[in-house]
Amino acid sequence: MSDSDTGAMGRSQGETVRLSTIRLSVNDQARQLEVDPRTSLLDALREHLRLSGTKKGCDHGQCGACTVLVNGRRVNSCLTLAVMHEDDEIVTIEGLGDPEDLHAMQRAFVERDGFQCGYCTPGQICSAVGMLAEVEAGWPSHATADVSAPQVALSDEEIRERMSGNICRCAAYPNIVAAIRDTAQGGL
Amino acid sequence: MRPFTYERATDAQTAVAAVSRPGAKFISGGTNLLDLMKLDIEQPSHLVDISRLPLRDIEELPDGGLRIGAQAANSDVAADARVRTRYPVLSEALVAGASGQLRNMASTGGNLLQRTRCPYFYDTAADCNKRDPGSGCSAIGGFNRIHAILGASESCIATNPSDMAVAMTVLGAEIELLDADQAVRRVAITDFYRLPGDTPHIETVLRPGEMITSVVLPPPPPGRQKYRKVRDRASYEFALVSVAAVVSTDQGTISEARVAFGGVAHKPWRSVEAEAALTGRPATMDTYRAAAEAAMRDAVGQGHNDFKIELAKRTLCRTLAQVARAS
Amino acid sequence: MIGQPLNRVDGPSKVAGRAPYAYEQWEAGQPLYGFIVGATIGKGRITRIDTESAERAPGVHMVMTHLNAPAQGPRDESIPFEYWRAQPVLTGPDIHHYGEPVALVVATALEQARAAADLVEVEYTRGRGRFNFAEQEDEVYIPKVVNAGLPTDTAVGDFDAGFDSADVRIDQYYTTPYEFSMPMEPHACLVEPRDEDLVVYVSCQIVDAAQTSIASTLGLDPARVHVVTPFVGGGFGSKLGIHSETILAALAARALRRPVKIAMTRQQIFQLVGMRPTSSQRVRLGAGEDGRLAAIAHDVTMHTNPDVEYAEQTAATTRSLYAAPHRLTSHRLAPLDLPRGTDVRAPGEAPGMLAVESAMDELAHTLDMDPVELRIRNEPTVDPERDVPYSDRHLVECLREGARRFGWEHRPAAPASVRDGRWLVGYGMSAAIRGHFQGPTAARVRLEADGTAVVETDMTDLGTGTYTVLTQVVADGLGLSPDRVRIELGRSDFPSSWGSGGSWGATNSCTAVHRACLALREKVLVAAGGDTRSPLHGLDPADAVFSDGNVGIGGASEAVSEIVARNHPEGVEAEGGTRFMGDDPNYTAYSINTYGAHFAEVGVDADTAEIRLRRMLGVFSVGRVFNPKTARSQLIGGMIWGVGAALEEEAVVDPRSGAFVNCDFAQYLVPVHADVPDIDAVILDGFDDKANVLGAKGVGELGICGAGAAVANAVFNATGVRVRDFPITIEKVLPGLPLLEA
Repeated sequence: MSDSDTGAMGRSQGETVRLSTIRLSVNDQARQLEVDPRTSLLDALREHLRLSGTKKGCDHGQCGACTVLVNGRRVNSCLTLAVMHEDDEIVTIEGLGDPEDLHAMQRAFVERDGFQCGYCTPGQICSAVGMLAEVEAGWPSHATADVSAPQVALSDEEIRERMSGNICRCAAYPNIVAAIRDTAQGGL
Repeated sequence: MRPFTYERATDAQTAVAAVSRPGAKFISGGTNLLDLMKLDIEQPSHLVDISRLPLRDIEELPDGGLRIGAQAANSDVAADARVRTRYPVLSEALVAGASGQLRNMASTGGNLLQRTRCPYFYDTAADCNKRDPGSGCSAIGGFNRIHAILGASESCIATNPSDMAVAMTVLGAEIELLDADQAVRRVAITDFYRLPGDTPHIETVLRPGEMITSVVLPPPPPGRQKYRKVRDRASYEFALVSVAAVVSTDQGTISEARVAFGGVAHKPWRSVEAEAALTGRPATMDTYRAAAEAAMRDAVGQGHNDFKIELAKRTLCRTLAQVARAS
Repeated sequence: MIGQPLNRVDGPSKVAGRAPYAYEQWEAGQPLYGFIVGATIGKGRITRIDTESAERAPGVHMVMTHLNAPAQGPRDESIPFEYWRAQPVLTGPDIHHYGEPVALVVATALEQARAAADLVEVEYTRGRGRFNFAEQEDEVYIPKVVNAGLPTDTAVGDFDAGFDSADVRIDQYYTTPYEFSMPMEPHACLVEPRDEDLVVYVSCQIVDAAQTSIASTLGLDPARVHVVTPFVGGGFGSKLGIHSETILAALAARALRRPVKIAMTRQQIFQLVGMRPTSSQRVRLGAGEDGRLAAIAHDVTMHTNPDVEYAEQTAATTRSLYAAPHRLTSHRLAPLDLPRGTDVRAPGEAPGMLAVESAMDELAHTLDMDPVELRIRNEPTVDPERDVPYSDRHLVECLREGARRFGWEHRPAAPASVRDGRWLVGYGMSAAIRGHFQGPTAARVRLEADGTAVVETDMTDLGTGTYTVLTQVVADGLGLSPDRVRIELGRSDFPSSWGSGGSWGATNSCTAVHRACLALREKVLVAAGGDTRSPLHGLDPADAVFSDGNVGIGGASEAVSEIVARNHPEGVEAEGGTRFMGDDPNYTAYSINTYGAHFAEVGVDADTAEIRLRRMLGVFSVGRVFNPKTARSQLIGGMIWGVGAALEEEAVVDPRSGAFVNCDFAQYLVPVHADVPDIDAVILDGFDDKANVLGAKGVGELGICGAGAAVANAVFNATGVRVRDFPITIEKVLPGLPLLEA
């Protein structure tokens, strides 16, 4: 990372804005960005890279619409700074698949009608992909009866608990759970 | 969010040196700090990113305890096999908190330092002695459903929102700190947090420039452990009341008991009164009721949160019954 | 295709993150970013506003306040609907409610705009605000009409006499809180000035209303305002009209001659877009020992903003739901200095049926009668207040089918009698009814020379499935496969619709498109019949069949694309429409409604009073269904809203400041995944020939109607505790729970 004084970006002549240069991988592409240190990873994706599939629902980690995968883990991109992600590998909804070549989870969401307005959907899908990896690794959840057991079975109750950080106001929840169940079982 | 400069620390020593500059703050997971900075509640002028410090490991200690690096993510601690088998109350508390995404981001040290969820602390237009010392407390006489019933003051009735810290309290954890002079000290978690008194803006005994490097768990206490969290929503909500309990019984008699509450005070609330009322007594509901009464003897409601007193009692009783039966 | 469970045609773009919402449009290039500064008092006046340091802050292009905001058109109360009226902002120093915009900061970057917003200094003198509903509840006035133009009060028979002489009487007050629509996509707008015109990308439900409202606020010819709304991230009523961020973006974009975009923060949405009014509802039921209602009264008091009246039609469904000879309904308003009340999903029905269907459960309990049977006994033969027949009423079928599928016979007869581990288990049910509406909507369908059909209408898709159901209607109407149909929505340059709202969107637009298809078929047949090169030349068009992309008459057949290519190389189009229900005799001659029955099983923790839904079923009658997959999704979504209304949702006003205190998603609780176990919605086969030519009725709001009452009644059945102050939270149930058991 390097700093550079690029001066005020607007017409005003106030204090200078120090931009930071960061390099990171987004959807398997090396990207370089000049960002205000205040820029969240979410805004860097949406406003700088124009990858607007990642959504801003609350900007405070209270809805999950901004969920992306960072080095394989699901995170809320609204509560992390872009400058903190030098050399990280970011995968967004655009990186999981495109409309002509959907990821299995994306296909399952279409088939099961796991969305309505579609705004929370990219976050739900990225979260679901990250969540299944956590289950695969044997991580316990609040729905796990015995946290000391090394493995967990992916029941619907486990899916619901683990997906609770993704709010869907259309309340497509039962269909989302069905889509995740299908994907986990290797359907579609 | 005010402008700030940013640097990433590569080792603990340079991190504490960097944060000594005025207006500087550490950032780790960012889940609470950035939340507050966006609302202009936290206003650092310089951020020292400690998220990549080599403090992510969970190590065995010779005495049978564990050292949890301050940068270990909440999800990694919750999923650690040693934590799950030897300190299940900690694993249960962690997975009861926040969401999967937030647990992947939030660090152990950051979780210990998360600030209250009092809505008036979050509203810069409201009076709040914690945010703006001397301005008053809008929660007193306001909407105070989530507020403290124990240890509050006329200056502040906020609660600590952490689940993790409640479990660590019942486990007798110690917090390791490093200061700018490279001095290391350890503080028991019960001493780490302060009650609000008339200085609610000072929440811990952390000194300026000090950094949490790890949390040390002593060998697991005897008995069975449990974390029980009560909330309106089934998930993704801060506790109205929570209970962490560790109880061992011997032929129907409680030989050792540890109890801590969450959601009831400015700090995770270890109840020595409840523990005293349990130890050496028969493992019966009458004993649990007596312990609950002892724990809540000094509890005071603020109006909307009056129900938390009865709720805390009942939650404690049921949790104790479950733990004692199993042990 | 109509009636088939076609996957959403916009699904692949949505699940791949490629569907652009208002804030995500880049056609205009890099926009500037606006950030709203809200008032920090609830009532009073700005005495000083200092923007100097904000203006000097890095990247700032403009700070707009009431001192320099352009003059705007006034709200015109002669326009019948609020959503079409001007919505001026920054009009003066007076503050009408907490959070009202006092300034807009526009900067190069979002971070700069937000930081500079914190630098705007505002001083106020505080006025005496009325913020406490409980204190103002008696300071009411009588509105002229209530929402949707419905009468304020109704009376049939002699209520007092009927009630006083009844064998059994229920007389209870129920209260419901402020609730917010809270769609996941924040209210957002991007405005691009293009010469003298404005292109407005805005998240809205009714494009025509947005265009009219923006034009009259800015004093522009509506033809110069081009609204573009291809995707909407949920609305639920809160985007029926436009809001301050749209007007502010338009004012700033015009002043700066640059594209400007603004999204409200989640916290701001609580103070700026309006909410479902809080209500106090008195319900009186008088019945015979046989359960037959002799008298029913529903008297509602709600808050309203003093300047912008909104009277939710909370007692309206009570006028049609049950038979009873003696009836009363009324609505009263208590002015408070709070944001205006507004339509939130199922306005009126949602809070009203929470109360009435709870009261019916209380009556059933008092009579020791099965709540399903009680409702069946009070089934009317004609609409009891309008005295007209129902077009297609199947409430009893919904009740019986739901009871059968749910296993209602296993309901614990006595409250607090069933225990499953730590859970007290109970069953509850409720009836559902919702009026069906029709409004003026136009659509254009064009057949291209390649045989593709294109629909153009300013109708929107909020997740309601518009793209998909219109595809199905065109596929049937023109005999095409769905992949030959393209739907273009949400542009004010297209034919105008009544938009999405009131559950009328699908039926209005599908009927309009269906009629356009019929007109288009005529044009194709005229072309083929007069075309000597067509095998259909001279054949009787009355026998024509459109299927698989071909037109067949008797044994002869030709591809539609070939007819169009030869005779209309530029394509051929036709329009179809619907008219206002007041001009459609069916809507006067019949009571046209949708119906349902909800069944819920809850568990209540015997120690902590935590309430968790265990399963839920709704059975619905909505006439014909365009797409059972998307309709089921909407109904389930509505049911979950009912669960939230019963157990979680409540926006709290601090009566000292007039601010909503719990103004974010961590504190204003809506259901999450873990709150929602098995829920299913079953739709009965049907066709309402009085509603429209397609036999279909709305589904978007029916799911919430009564759903909360089913949950509330299940809580009573589980615990014996009746909570009449919604939502039902721990502190309200806990005191009624049994002592801890060992």
